[in-house]
Amino acid sequence: MIGDWIDIGPLSAIPSRGARTVPVAGGEEIAIFRTGDDAVYALVNRCPHKQGPLSQGIVHGHAVACPLHNWRINLASGEAIGDDKGCVPTIPAKVDAGRVLISRLHAVTSALAA
Amino acid sequence: MGVHERIAGEGVGGGPDGRAHLVVVGNGMAGCRAVEELLARDPGRYRVTIFGAEPHVNYNRIMLSPVLAGEKTFDDIVINGLDWYHDNGIELITGDPVLAIDRVGKSVTARSGRTVSYDKLLIATGSDPFIIPVPGKDLPGVISFRDMADVDHMLAAAGAGGDAVVIGGGLLGLEAAHGLTLRGMKVTVLHLMPTLMERQLDEAAGWLLKTALEARGQTILTGADTAEIVGDTAVEGVRLKDGTLIPASLVVMAVGIRPSVTLARDAGLDIGRGIKVDDHMVTSDPDVLAVGECVEHDGNVYGLVAPLWDMCRALADGLVEQHSGYRGSVTSTKLKVSGIDVFSAGDFSGMEGVEDIVLRDASRGIYKRVVVKDERIVGAVLYGDTGDGNWYFDLLKKQENISDIRDLLIFGQSFASGGGQADPKAAVAALSDDAEICGCNGVSKARVCQAIVDGAVSLDAVRSTCKASASCGSCTGLVEQLLSITLGEDYGSEHIVKTLCKCTSFGHDDVRREIVAQGMRAIPEVMQKLHWSTPDGCSSCRPALNYYLLCAWPGEYVDDQQSRFVNERMHANIQKDGTYSVVPRMWGGLTNPRELRAIADVVEKFNAPMVKVTGGQRLDIFGIRKEDLPAVWADLNAGGMVSGHAYGKSLRTVKTCVGSEWCRFGTQDSTGLGVRIERMTWGSWMPHKFKIAVSGCPRNCAEATIKDFGVVCVDSGYELHVGGNGGIKVRATDLLCKVATEQQAMDYCAAFIQLYREHARYLERTAPWIERVGLDFINSRIVDDEAGREALTARFLFSQSFSQDDPWAARAAGAEAEQHQHLGEFRPLDAIAAE
Repeated sequence: MIGDWIDIGPLSAIPSRGARTVPVAGGEEIAIFRTGDDAVYALVNRCPHKQGPLSQGIVHGHAVACPLHNWRINLASGEAIGDDKGCVPTIPAKVDAGRVLISRLHAVTSALAA
Repeated sequence: MGVHERIAGEGVGGGPDGRAHLVVVGNGMAGCRAVEELLARDPGRYRVTIFGAEPHVNYNRIMLSPVLAGEKTFDDIVINGLDWYHDNGIELITGDPVLAIDRVGKSVTARSGRTVSYDKLLIATGSDPFIIPVPGKDLPGVISFRDMADVDHMLAAAGAGGDAVVIGGGLLGLEAAHGLTLRGMKVTVLHLMPTLMERQLDEAAGWLLKTALEARGQTILTGADTAEIVGDTAVEGVRLKDGTLIPASLVVMAVGIRPSVTLARDAGLDIGRGIKVDDHMVTSDPDVLAVGECVEHDGNVYGLVAPLWDMCRALADGLVEQHSGYRGSVTSTKLKVSGIDVFSAGDFSGMEGVEDIVLRDASRGIYKRVVVKDERIVGAVLYGDTGDGNWYFDLLKKQENISDIRDLLIFGQSFASGGGQADPKAAVAALSDDAEICGCNGVSKARVCQAIVDGAVSLDAVRSTCKASASCGSCTGLVEQLLSITLGEDYGSEHIVKTLCKCTSFGHDDVRREIVAQGMRAIPEVMQKLHWSTPDGCSSCRPALNYYLLCAWPGEYVDDQQSRFVNERMHANIQKDGTYSVVPRMWGGLTNPRELRAIADVVEKFNAPMVKVTGGQRLDIFGIRKEDLPAVWADLNAGGMVSGHAYGKSLRTVKTCVGSEWCRFGTQDSTGLGVRIERMTWGSWMPHKFKIAVSGCPRNCAEATIKDFGVVCVDSGYELHVGGNGGIKVRATDLLCKVATEQQAMDYCAAFIQLYREHARYLERTAPWIERVGLDFINSRIVDDEAGREALTARFLFSQSFSQDDPWAARAAGAEAEQHQHLGEFRPLDAIAAE
């Protein structure tokens, strides 16, 4: 069934203050983050600095620290925090009835743009 | 338009007395409130009949907890007594649940067979407790916590004493547990999630709540997954999936509720998660309405009482044709456990651009968090002091702009509304006068302050007068803050206290000392007691706290994976392309054909693009994907190898030369000693990486004098060297001492490592640590103090008894599989093709 949102699994499958990944055929991998207060964000899994896999960073507040060089990325905007400048594409995401949903349109667009 | 205009329109008015007949299914809070609202608007308009499944008049269900706790009686919680029904001409039918609705004939039939026709039907069936489908769920003694019968059942069980298990650490479960505890039962709460009331509270507040409940004698098991309820003819206990068996003569299931929709579904009404209603509480049948916990409005289902009031107003407005419409509710929660104040409202998750304002007051056990977005409050969590809960909730509901009072918002209404000053440096100031500042010299806060008042106005002056901070120096930060507090602006600090990170005003040493002094055992506890300014720390403090707790409470503290850097979480080294390198341990740099074959096979099987001999005398396999790591480890385990911890703030390698067994210059068995030291020290977590080497003679082929701990064998024994470092700034070791036997070399090594583990700051190598504390300090603890050294060695070996499990073996066997697997896969082109 084709809707506006893609169900990618239960929230419980993502560790609190952690992330899981969703590879996109023909596109860039998406990282799905879950914060300590159960907010969910989806970003392209690539740091704007040196392409580090953001999904492997330490999640704190609503930010993630890239595992390669500790750039901190705002999960909501995808923008680097502090003196660093750069931005990673975000994909609208939400939780409904315990399921994590990401925007189909944005996921397709970001895949095709890659 | 449409549906609601016909609510009280044609086809209505055919009752015996000429009035339309409103039949209400459900004698609970929603059904009766709806009738109350209707009576307030137009008391004579409808003839009313109410069916109740329970044999009671209308009572306040949310007050069942105080009844269970013995704080109220059933009579206290009755909302409407029989006289209310009588005075308003309402026919009440109790103990007779409605089983069927005939929407064509417009009648309902109850269990007794009684059939009543209606003009308007209101379904207010509420919700049903969710029973987890485990074996034994139907045994006598397994109950839910939903109505007065459940309370009676619990009271009867409590009269006999014994053990009770409450499954579910949410609002209802905790209130049940509290009541049963007060009634004299020994209560264990099982909660599937890591923190209590996780839907209403954040981790910090959940931790405080858990601590408070435990202090009242309850056993709280989080992350507890129920496998079965055991017993032959009645409940005897609950078995968890990890095999734990908890004895119980009473099991209360309070894991959640589901809208009670069976009746409506059987009648063919539209059902989502609840009975679907419009803004006027009308279902898919214009003559059937629904209200309360059984409905789904605009995609939302509510399990709290406040939305009922709004729904019932909209419903009654519709019934008298004064349509207003229900627009959904913002809810707040208060836990009804006397003496424990918890409040939560609104949303503290899932939004972009939100900011947290956090206040922690450890001495009073208070945690407050207000979530702000676009200068408006969107959520609040309060623990310990909920006095301002309603004020925050009010600001939230009214969407008031709080920019003018933002700085004082967290201090509450009285502060924010004018007057009062907040002291942001309250943390140290709040310590009591007899709090020990300097553990080495036993100096209290009062003595330090007195010394300052008497003229010791610098750090050095304090050190020379009262001796605080004069020994190991770990309390320097605290002394600096006391100088600052006592002297105010007169104190021009020559040493600005370097805080652990921006989340706290405490330095590393302060945090470590307080962890031990106050017996803190979890990251949220440290953040609470030491007044962290962020809800869950940052990427600097979380790994540090995780290490400090691990070091302080070996075998007891449960490692927090999400507070580990990627390499330690993945047990491999991340590379610039996001793949990993894998280094199996080669004890003392020795290997054999079996290990080499296993490595060769892994390289071929997983197409590793490079294998390299490392500086630590072992082999590094590059280019492994995170998904393949468990399989790689399984193969290496099968070849007899374990993790080399090349990724950790931990023991890396013990480099050796060939020593007396082969070398014509060798004086001792350096290879064998190196292997034995590595067997003793592997797997230990440290403030930073730690390298050891053993050279068989002063020619020092193993380069022991640039290692954290180096042994240089000589004819008469073993020279022990410490604090060396290659890296950016090369530092040769300091000679610590010379010992005569191999066992002494090992004991001194263990003692030195433990001293480093207990005293160095997180991410501080031994070289800068020794330069900071001085070689004299190391000597005084390791060489001069025999008893102290032996104690250090014993503490290290005790800690090691918990840390020498190969993490690779656990992962290869399936532990934490989610760290390695993708959540799913998305094929956009397939999706487009399908469209």
